Amino acid sequence: MREPILSVSDLTTHFFTRAGVVKAVDGVSFDLAKGEIMGLVGESGSGKTVTGFSLLGLVDAPGRIVKGSVKLNGTELTTLSDPELRARRGHEISMIFQDPIATLNPMLTIGQQMRMAIDAHEWLSKRAADARAAELLTQVGIPSAAARLRGYPHEFSGGMRQRVAIAIALLHRPAVIVADEPTTALDVSIQAQILFQMRDLAAEMGTAMVWISHDLAVVSSLASKLAVMYAGRVVEQGPTATLLRDPRHPYTAGLISSLPAMSQPGMPLSQIPGTTPSLLSLPPGCPFAPRCDRATKACGTAPEMTMEDNRGWRCFHPVSAFKEATV
Amino acid sequence: MLGFIIQRFLQAVAVMAVMSVIVFCGVYAIGNPIDIVIPPEATQDIREEAIRRLGLDRPLYEQYFIFMGNLLQGDLGRSFVYNIPVLELIGGRLPATLELVLISVISAAVLGVSLGIYAGYRPDSWVSKTIMAISVLGFSVPSFWVGLILILFFAVNLGWLPAGGRGETVEIWGVAWSFPTLNGLSHIVLPAVNLALFKLAMMIRLARAGTREIMLTDTIKFARAAGLAEGTILRRHLLKLISIPIITVFGLELGSTLAFAVVTETIFSWPGVGKLIIDSIGVLDRPVMVAYLILVAFLFVTINFVIDLVFAMIDPRLRQGATA
Ligand SMILES: Nc1ncnc2c1ncn2[C@@H]1O[C@H](COP(=O)(O)OP(=O)(O)OP(=O)(O)O)[C@@H](O)[C@H]1O
Ligand SMILES: [Mg+2]
Repeated sequence: MREPILSVSDLTTHFFTRAGVVKAVDGVSFDLAKGEIMGLVGESGSGKTVTGFSLLGLVDAPGRIVKGSVKLNGTELTTLSDPELRARRGHEISMIFQDPIATLNPMLTIGQQMRMAIDAHEWLSKRAADARAAELLTQVGIPSAAARLRGYPHEFSGGMRQRVAIAIALLHRPAVIVADEPTTALDVSIQAQILFQMRDLAAEMGTAMVWISHDLAVVSSLASKLAVMYAGRVVEQGPTATLLRDPRHPYTAGLISSLPAMSQPGMPLSQIPGTTPSLLSLPPGCPFAPRCDRATKACGTAPEMTMEDNRGWRCFHPVSAFKEATV
Repeated sequence: MLGFIIQRFLQAVAVMAVMSVIVFCGVYAIGNPIDIVIPPEATQDIREEAIRRLGLDRPLYEQYFIFMGNLLQGDLGRSFVYNIPVLELIGGRLPATLELVLISVISAAVLGVSLGIYAGYRPDSWVSKTIMAISVLGFSVPSFWVGLILILFFAVNLGWLPAGGRGETVEIWGVAWSFPTLNGLSHIVLPAVNLALFKLAMMIRLARAGTREIMLTDTIKFARAAGLAEGTILRRHLLKLISIPIITVFGLELGSTLAFAVVTETIFSWPGVGKLIIDSIGVLDRPVMVAYLILVAFLFVTINFVIDLVFAMIDPRLRQGATA
């Protein structure tokens, strides 16, 4: 395999709240090659966003990365000083958020905000910076970009605002972009447009992406590999096609069978019974066990990641589409 | 924008008209100035002559219309007591109040917002905790008491600063100001601190609350994700995003302090308008009271108008709402 551009291992982020320690991210590991797209899927509250923040060193108090490593292009990010980290954010690794209404500052023009993002990393004259900004806006599909630099966010639609945010994230052609459900807040037709536009742009720039989503259907059309998160842990990871065809973790299998495309016409969508556990009081052992029909006594201790070829899962009783594992 | 200004202007005129009626009737309702202006041993003839001369024999509505007619020509009447035009009387006192209040409110705002942003940015540091403790003190200690303590400590015990008066003044455009001379400035310090304390506390609270709220938003997170330096984020993003409530309170505080700096002016024998109005109330000098209250109403209407304009200038969403 090629040298990965982003290499994450045993990343663990906890929030030290008054109520107790929230283990939001717990031993996440993955590698990302240049230009590769990985989907990070999981239910609400499974720790996807906190994982994204941890990659950029953006975890706010009372949260902290307690262990693990994030290597970007060979540089360990978790031990960098604040200024060194800042110099890389937006330059080598950037992030796009879910809600485009909330990310842009309503009181500054698009041009001002883009220029600030440019100035953070290189010195350009105002004219050159505007030219760069307009070029990026055009690339993400905003017509008459030069004129729109003088516009304010409220003059843009939700989809257009998200395109602006994407343009800002791409300004310095970063090696990695973390896209945290950037299309969830938009309507479906625009979702698809932006999705594939971003994929093409990333391919063009050689930018690798971590595409966060709770929607397996969306991610699987985009990402060449997947990591499935549950209660702060990656419970299964591997190439998209393999995982979809042959899931090993019961949670992954449940997610796949609840995809609309998998259901019989006229039948209700199948659902995973139960709810996500609170990350505040995780019982020892497999966090999925209470909802799992395959759980046994063995599941009282947490399973390690079982690796096989280029995939892995955390389960003592893996499912298989071909041979039902004997328990 | 022009439509917005015209609309606001008409509103202001309406408010002023209503205020003038309320003020006029209100002042009319309290006491009879004749008893105070004319010695009790004066003959009946002299009394009636005085009443007629002052226009107090006419019905209220007539007095009001005469007053308004004069007002529109820039004539606010003559003081019963000093027998000089009210405008001259107030105008002579206004600069003293103006310099004291501007200095104290502006320093309170600049210092308070800076401290508040710091306290909101690093809520857990001991410096922030000290700042917040001071702000609680600024809220809870009565202003007249602080004034007396300041005098006792800095003027009487230490002898560093003068206890009252305006000190040396300099004439600029025919008006006496204290702030350009060192001596005058030293006279301003204590009353300005006295006036500023409460406002400082309020600005700290406002700025801190705004900062804490804004720093948690996606806007700030996104700016950080783009690699902006913290200083840039504070200056370019935060300051703008917390400015609306701060400007509102700043304007209202400026107005109310200009109008009602009475306590501080009395304690420090600062010859401003606050002392003038208190004296006028004491002797029921109606023209001065009416003119003063109308000027105060005018001051507030103007400040509100300016605040709205400033909002429209800094917030594009309000600007659009204003043109619509
Ligand atoms: N500032 C914080 N303090 C305490 N706990 C937090 C904080 N931020 C996040 N968490 C916890 O971390 C866990 C993971 O949150 P995260 O936002 O990463 O979930 P997510 O997978 O992105 O969910 P969603 O799909 O809803 O965005 C949640 O249980 C949340 O309660
Ligand atoms: Mg999230």
